[in-house]
Amino acid sequence: MATRYTKDHEWIRLDGEVATVGITEHAQSQLGDIVFVELPEIGRAVTQGGEAAVVESVKAASDVYAPVAGEVVAVNQELDGAPGTVNEDAEGKGWFFRLKLASPEQLDALMSAEQYKEYLGTLT
Amino acid sequence: MSDVQTIDSPATTAPLKQTPLYSLHVSRGARMVPFAGYEMPVQYPDGILAEHNHVRAAAGLFDVSHMGQAFLVGADHETAARALEVLVPGDIVGLAPGRQRYTQLLDDNGGILDDLMVTRSADPMEDGVLFLVVNAATKEADYAHIAVRLPAGIKLLRADHRALLAVQGPTAVQAVGRHCPEAVGLPFMGAITVRFDGIDCHISRSGYTGEDGYEISCKATRVRAIAERLLSEPSVKLIGLGARDSLRLEAGLCLYGHDIDTTTSPVEAALSWSIGKRRREEGGFPGAERVQRELREGATRRRVGIKPDSRAPAREGTEIKSADGAIIGKITSGGFGPTVNGPVSMGYVAREFAEPGTKVDLIVRDKPMPATVVTLPFVPHRYVR
Repeated sequence: MATRYTKDHEWIRLDGEVATVGITEHAQSQLGDIVFVELPEIGRAVTQGGEAAVVESVKAASDVYAPVAGEVVAVNQELDGAPGTVNEDAEGKGWFFRLKLASPEQLDALMSAEQYKEYLGTLT
Repeated sequence: MSDVQTIDSPATTAPLKQTPLYSLHVSRGARMVPFAGYEMPVQYPDGILAEHNHVRAAAGLFDVSHMGQAFLVGADHETAARALEVLVPGDIVGLAPGRQRYTQLLDDNGGILDDLMVTRSADPMEDGVLFLVVNAATKEADYAHIAVRLPAGIKLLRADHRALLAVQGPTAVQAVGRHCPEAVGLPFMGAITVRFDGIDCHISRSGYTGEDGYEISCKATRVRAIAERLLSEPSVKLIGLGARDSLRLEAGLCLYGHDIDTTTSPVEAALSWSIGKRRREEGGFPGAERVQRELREGATRRRVGIKPDSRAPAREGTEIKSADGAIIGKITSGGFGPTVNGPVSMGYVAREFAEPGTKVDLIVRDKPMPATVVTLPFVPHRYVR
């Protein structure tokens, strides 16, 4: 399934019943060097738009929101020792967590890659 | 996610000032941000971590022209020095020619109005001239504070037409030395008036990173030439304020308005080393009663290093609690230390908890995170004495 995007600069990619979530390339470049990621506990329930993780750059901490509601089934342990992976490959190896979706139809309202790109253009 | 800036947002508040190197920063891809009323480079394209590491491995060039430079002028050194000693606890009378000293402007409660560097000229023709460098955010208030407290015959002359650069790191001596051979032999905290490739300037061997290096003051009209010559040195890179902050934090150095302010005395701030012995005994500076009492009895709180046990940074404002849940202090500077490769912070704790090795809890996102009180600095200083 194609990746979808939120106005808060998260991306989400569904694969069967489980969706992978991370922050976008744009977000990582705006944040600068990432030094720490706080990931949710496995089993935690998240609501759409609710705080799910925290990403810290050198200068500040930022909240990462869940693009859709669900239950956390996996987190990217690699980010513990190598938070810079988010800078290197934000939309691939730098994924944050995986969700079992509560309401998959919530994905439909999110932006496509094209729409997200357009959206970025409006943010001046 | 929260707080993602879109494109670097233009300033929407009062118009920001620019240093003489503004266009150089922009041409080198700097991300400019407002700081102390100026548009300043927070980082360049390589990013804060790379810039920080470069300073400790080689040499970084910082534009610090936003800081305040001024001359305090009296008939001779002793007269000018005594006038300044009315305002600061440092030993200024005893400052030798060509030497620089760190001190603070104190208020009547012994609180810190600003910290500053004071230099006595090496040149006997400039006897009676003290060169002051103060913080950008407080310079107007500092000048006003000083000016109304000067006796007749002493003048404070602002040097707004001057720029200031810092070159910091182990290769700074070679990089600067190629353009100014006299700088090579300067001792730590020594200063000279000299020429850098024929350009008049005033150089001191000091800085704000814990590394060997120099600060170079020159006319604003000549700073671009000096900066470009330094940048032509292979080991020198432009460094932004982001890395300047992480470097000084690892070095355990205070940032005014954060680690020191009008509520902190120099004793609480662990800056007693900067109070001259004669000054401790004689007083004669604002808040001397409090300072002398704290020197005798110990201050009720103390600035210390605090190292989180996990990898999560603890930022300014974070509450510090003892093991039994009492609030015992607050973090005043915190972030990530690239050289240490982990979170580092400084803050104040009640004196019973100031012993290195003391375990404390930091309340981050409403959860207690274990941390340990440690001695400062996090990264040993490498001054060339």
